[in-house]
Amino acid sequence: MKNTRIPLFWGIHAQPGPLFARTLSCIPFIIAVALYGHFSAERLRVNSEDKILPSFSQMAKATYSMAFTKDRRTDDYLLRKDTVASLKRIVIGVSVAAVVGLWLGINMGVFRGMGAVFGAFFIFVSIIPPLAVLPILFMTFGVDELAKIMLIIIGGALAITRSMYLEVSKIPREQIIKACTLGASQMAIVYRIILPQMLPRLIDTIRIVLGASWLFLIAAEAMASTEGLGYRIYLMQRHFAMDVIIPYVLWLTFLGFVFDRALRWVLETFFRWYCETK
Amino acid sequence: MIHTSELEAHERASALSRTSMIHIQDVYKSYGPRSKPKLVLDNVDLSIAPGELVTLVGPSGCGKSTLLKLVLGQELPDSGKLLIEANPAGLADKRRGIVFQQYSLYPHLSVIDNVALGKRLSLPLWQRIAERKQIREEAMFQLRNLGLEEAIGKLPHELSGGMRQRVAVAQSLIMSPKIILMDEPFGALDPGSREHTQIFLLELWEKYKMTVIFVTHDLEEAVFLGTRLVILSQYYSDDRDDDCRRGSRVIQDIALSSRALSTEVKSSPEFNAMIDHVREIGFKPKHRLHVKDFNLSHPNSFRTLPE
Repeated sequence: MKNTRIPLFWGIHAQPGPLFARTLSCIPFIIAVALYGHFSAERLRVNSEDKILPSFSQMAKATYSMAFTKDRRTDDYLLRKDTVASLKRIVIGVSVAAVVGLWLGINMGVFRGMGAVFGAFFIFVSIIPPLAVLPILFMTFGVDELAKIMLIIIGGALAITRSMYLEVSKIPREQIIKACTLGASQMAIVYRIILPQMLPRLIDTIRIVLGASWLFLIAAEAMASTEGLGYRIYLMQRHFAMDVIIPYVLWLTFLGFVFDRALRWVLETFFRWYCETK
Repeated sequence: MIHTSELEAHERASALSRTSMIHIQDVYKSYGPRSKPKLVLDNVDLSIAPGELVTLVGPSGCGKSTLLKLVLGQELPDSGKLLIEANPAGLADKRRGIVFQQYSLYPHLSVIDNVALGKRLSLPLWQRIAERKQIREEAMFQLRNLGLEEAIGKLPHELSGGMRQRVAVAQSLIMSPKIILMDEPFGALDPGSREHTQIFLLELWEKYKMTVIFVTHDLEEAVFLGTRLVILSQYYSDDRDDDCRRGSRVIQDIALSSRALSTEVKSSPEFNAMIDHVREIGFKPKHRLHVKDFNLSHPNSFRTLPE
């Protein structure tokens, strides 16, 4: 007798149960943490001054001092200060990029004349690596907030415009013709038929664009800044302070994870039709 | 009805164009590159009186959906006259409703919002607010009319195929258009709900007597529903040169007699004889009718080109 039971783990027919799957998903995390602990202890045993792989307790101590003790020079909690500065930049940048990209993309997609004029142009400029124009932004907008936010806006808006443009053309022509037979004006078609259907797609696009936005943020902060998570990480590099850098990287990862989950929650709560039909 | 004199034919055509709901005369439509276009519709003449339920059939690729798109105003003919109540048809507007095979409903709106949409789209904001109760009631009326009360709060993807098409019909009906166009609306339904939905359509048509053009590839459906059956086909012969680019024409246009709100008729011998006849004439590429032998016996049938 062969193949009378569906395997739990091996092969293409495997169907791990929910609880089993969750347990399995923990394994790589545990292995990663254990490996780190092992090598860190090993290096510290050889040289107690080693800075490359700090122990968990060293990182906890560093994190505590960054998060819960006031910095003597600035009289502020550094982690909080850095987080607020970075979040402000990324939220403003991505929000502006979303509004601009949505509006441009929809208009180019719906009005084929506009698409014919601007479509190829936007697809071309969206290929420009935004980091390559960062020096231009610093020269144009100065080295403070505006240049950093502009980098996120430019990088995000171009990608969002392009994505929205392509998404609008996926809406079946039938829907637009049907709206015409229901007496819709052109504006009504754009703002009452197309726009509501583009919002969930915009959220999905933002989830993808956020990854690049964090990259732009950290790069811009690394080059010219006085606060921010990216600034701190690059500053700490000069002090060889891995015990600060690693918690900061984890904190950044966690923030990105929370953003993504929050956007997914918005999708599932307010755009059920989209989640269930895509 | 074959008219010997060309002049007489044109007089008749222009008389029909004043009284018909939909008037199609000398319509040509081709697709493809300008250097080598493919002619789809080749001098199509069709005049439809108010209240007719015309079923349009033909072999695949004959351009029946193209013809419907022209009447709908999704596309414009290359040349020829296309009138709705003696006015140029132009691009899609409120004068005609449409039910597509799919994508008729807006996925982000609930059933009742989909049905109410027409009323809301055509009103300015303040009126929409002032009349919101009335609009909702009208939508409810349409939904009750089609037996969809229990579905009002559902989203389109939660409905069965048959219900979705009924909602699409309600969505069009709320605008009370004089014309409803249907492009293989029941093509994706299983046989049971298909028959059910056909009956619904006939009941609505009995009630409102709107003019319907119903495109289908199912001959049984065509013969069962229509008051008039039109076959469009690219397979015919005429005395033009062999290398002439031919497109589809109306090769048969007949009145259907049996009007029944019951599906029992589907098993009667006359009904099946009619289906066999239509299949023989329209769907056997080998069996090419000559232009002179087209059966255009429907009283409103006309033809402006001499054979």
